[in-house]
Amino acid sequence: MSILKRARHGFAAAAFLGAGLALSSPSQALPIDECIAPADPGGGWDFTCRSVGKLLRDLELVDGSVQVTNMPGGVGAVAFANVASERSDDSDLIVATSTVGMTQIAQGQYPGGADTMRWLAMLGTDVGVILVDDESEYQTLDELLDDMINEPDSLAMAGSSGAGGWDHIRALMLAKAAGMPADQISSVKWVQFDGGGPAVTQMMGGHVDVVSTDLGEIAGFIESGDVRVLAVLSEEPLPEPFEDLPTATSQGYDVTGYNWRGFYTGGDVSDDDYNAMVETLQTLYDSDEWKDVAQQNGLVPLWRGGEDFDDFVRQSIENVQEVSREIGVIE
Amino acid sequence: MDTLAFLAQGFAVAVEPQHLFLALVGCALGTLIGSLPGLGPVNGVALMIPLTFNFGLAPTAALILLVSIYYGCMYGGRISSILLNIPGDEPAMMTTLDGHPMARQGLGGKALGLSGVASFVGATVATIGLTLFAPLLVGVAIQFGPAEYFALFMLAFATIGGVTSGSLSKSFIAACLGLLLGTVGLDSVSSVPRYTFGWFEIYDGIDFIVALVGLFAISECLLFLEDTRHSDKPTLKLGSALPGMRSAWQCRSTITRSSFIGFIAGVLPGAGAALGSFLSYTLEKRWLGRHGKFGQGDPRGVAAPEAGNNAAAGGALIPMLSLGIPGSGTTAILLAMLLSMNITPGPLLFEDQPEMVWGLVAALFIGNVMLLLLNIPLVGLFARVLRAPGWFLMPMVVMVAFVGIYSLSNSAFDLYMMLAFGVLGYILRKLEIPTVPVVLGLLLGGQMEYNLRRAMSISSGDWDILWSSGISVGIYAFAATLIVAGLLFNWLVKQSR
Repeated sequence: MSILKRARHGFAAAAFLGAGLALSSPSQALPIDECIAPADPGGGWDFTCRSVGKLLRDLELVDGSVQVTNMPGGVGAVAFANVASERSDDSDLIVATSTVGMTQIAQGQYPGGADTMRWLAMLGTDVGVILVDDESEYQTLDELLDDMINEPDSLAMAGSSGAGGWDHIRALMLAKAAGMPADQISSVKWVQFDGGGPAVTQMMGGHVDVVSTDLGEIAGFIESGDVRVLAVLSEEPLPEPFEDLPTATSQGYDVTGYNWRGFYTGGDVSDDDYNAMVETLQTLYDSDEWKDVAQQNGLVPLWRGGEDFDDFVRQSIENVQEVSREIGVIE
Repeated sequence: MDTLAFLAQGFAVAVEPQHLFLALVGCALGTLIGSLPGLGPVNGVALMIPLTFNFGLAPTAALILLVSIYYGCMYGGRISSILLNIPGDEPAMMTTLDGHPMARQGLGGKALGLSGVASFVGATVATIGLTLFAPLLVGVAIQFGPAEYFALFMLAFATIGGVTSGSLSKSFIAACLGLLLGTVGLDSVSSVPRYTFGWFEIYDGIDFIVALVGLFAISECLLFLEDTRHSDKPTLKLGSALPGMRSAWQCRSTITRSSFIGFIAGVLPGAGAALGSFLSYTLEKRWLGRHGKFGQGDPRGVAAPEAGNNAAAGGALIPMLSLGIPGSGTTAILLAMLLSMNITPGPLLFEDQPEMVWGLVAALFIGNVMLLLLNIPLVGLFARVLRAPGWFLMPMVVMVAFVGIYSLSNSAFDLYMMLAFGVLGYILRKLEIPTVPVVLGLLLGGQMEYNLRRAMSISSGDWDILWSSGISVGIYAFAATLIVAGLLFNWLVKQSR
């Protein structure tokens, strides 16, 4: 069955049968030969798998090519369940994930917690932004947060995740940092759209007041001057052409909101194999080619790997759980 | 001017050799599939969507291929209406009235040639109309907030009776069933799973392509199992398609009138291609009734509904692309096709993806020309497909359905799901409940619900937001008018019988 699952195309099932047999024995020297994208072709996770898979091959970090398997469903839960139950010791396999997957785990939407998997590395990140319309009365983040705290139900915020999703949570982390009492946090209105672009369009039409989303999704609107960026949620100012956008940190709010892209592998992979995979990914990260690919796609290259990344994921999960509890998304 | 520039650009893209080749392949393939007895255009396109994704084409190329298949299937459907008296979809019904008598007189080729030219003219008129009128709707697009979108979806469902020709109450039952199925999956507002029974495979909702293939293709095979009607094929003399050209010239005024009538019928949301062909035929019959032999093989009886039907299908693209309201069964399939390619029709489509819209329009136009050219030399070959026996065809259909669906997600779960929808489609069709509204409910229900909930989030639960803007009030009034007009129309038809 696991061999059949390797087949990307029904047509090619038979052809892959032979190849699958040859590939299914774990190889120590050259670890990675398959990447599961837990989504349909075309999305962010699919891009992560395809671009990293291609680079692994171009840089000759793997033997042959890296097969990308699309396994959509449950915002990554189908792939998570599949790896946990059937391939937890497969040291040839990496699975694409991101802040979105981490948030799902924090809120108990996956069949298992962070311990179920081994967290390999993040290779790059998109950065959260807080935007208003260019004709909005809010000129600075302070003005916006003041209003939000004094009259929490007067503003409608929007983004591309559902209530309790990452766009929502990082905006509320800002409100918390500005001193909003925990019992008021749930009264800020949140409206979910199918992406940052539609949310910004609705804001330009005057239907919502503030948008919280990833920079990569709405960079075009910033360049065209249709929106005003009140804060980017990164530690450091962004590289060009966004170097002038103010960070939240520089305005006195210690909040970051990255949407990182990275990988996990099965929970029963041995330490040796795990370290070898992290090493491979770090070599890829260090290459100029990755920096180019990342920047072309609106990502800031950012490395966290191995135990360091594992700790980071666990800490992030705790943060998300705390805010989620306060807004009543989880018990 | 922008419109023309984009359209020119669309054409420039569409006439690239690779794209022309795809259009040719799509038209030929579509015609073959559409003319398969019992399969018909809607089922044919539904079956081809998943397969097309496996060729790994760029979005524009995939769009051209799918559109060509769509047009080819529509045309192929005419072949079975005229030669076998089996209309592939509702709009083709009117074509059988005079087309089949012509075929029985040995003039099948002439009727097919005529239908090709009439379709071409109708579609061309509609394409020009689309180019002129669709951008007018774009200016108001940014005014559409969640409440206005919700009103639009209400309009789409209020007019669902026009999409099918069956009983209104059965259409509504089907639409409700679709809406019900549309609630399955992770609620994207609160992330709570609904009706998922712990199956992660349906956390993202029911894949509408799986539903589409099951409801149309699989249920067709199930129906075939109990029906031996398709096994006896009449061997009609075809004759040449060339006289159709001359005949089309003689019918030129009929074709012109019908094209305009069809286009207007198509633009009205929910009226659709069925109304277009029906109005064209009946008006033409009334106009020329005394001078013609309508119902006994009058060429104008073929030209009128074909021109009207294709003009309406083109006109229906205006509400479909700019408002997201599909006007007919086949337009609903086209909507599913666009959604599956991550193109979301709506007021902002023209602004956000002009190259996509005008590329589509150019592709439609090229598909038309291609069909016209294919039609003349190859009509005999296509007609021969009609004689392929069902015991050969239906297993092929099942095979293509299984391979296509499995290749989408590599999941056996989707195959079971497709079979379940096949059984559901079979039961519905036995009950004479149309299946297109089920798909529409599934396609549109999610967005309808989310827009309602967005509106509620913005207003903190105050329902007044739904009718607080002029646009939404106007849409509701329009929907009410259409419903009343539809009921009145039905009543008048009954009275005149």
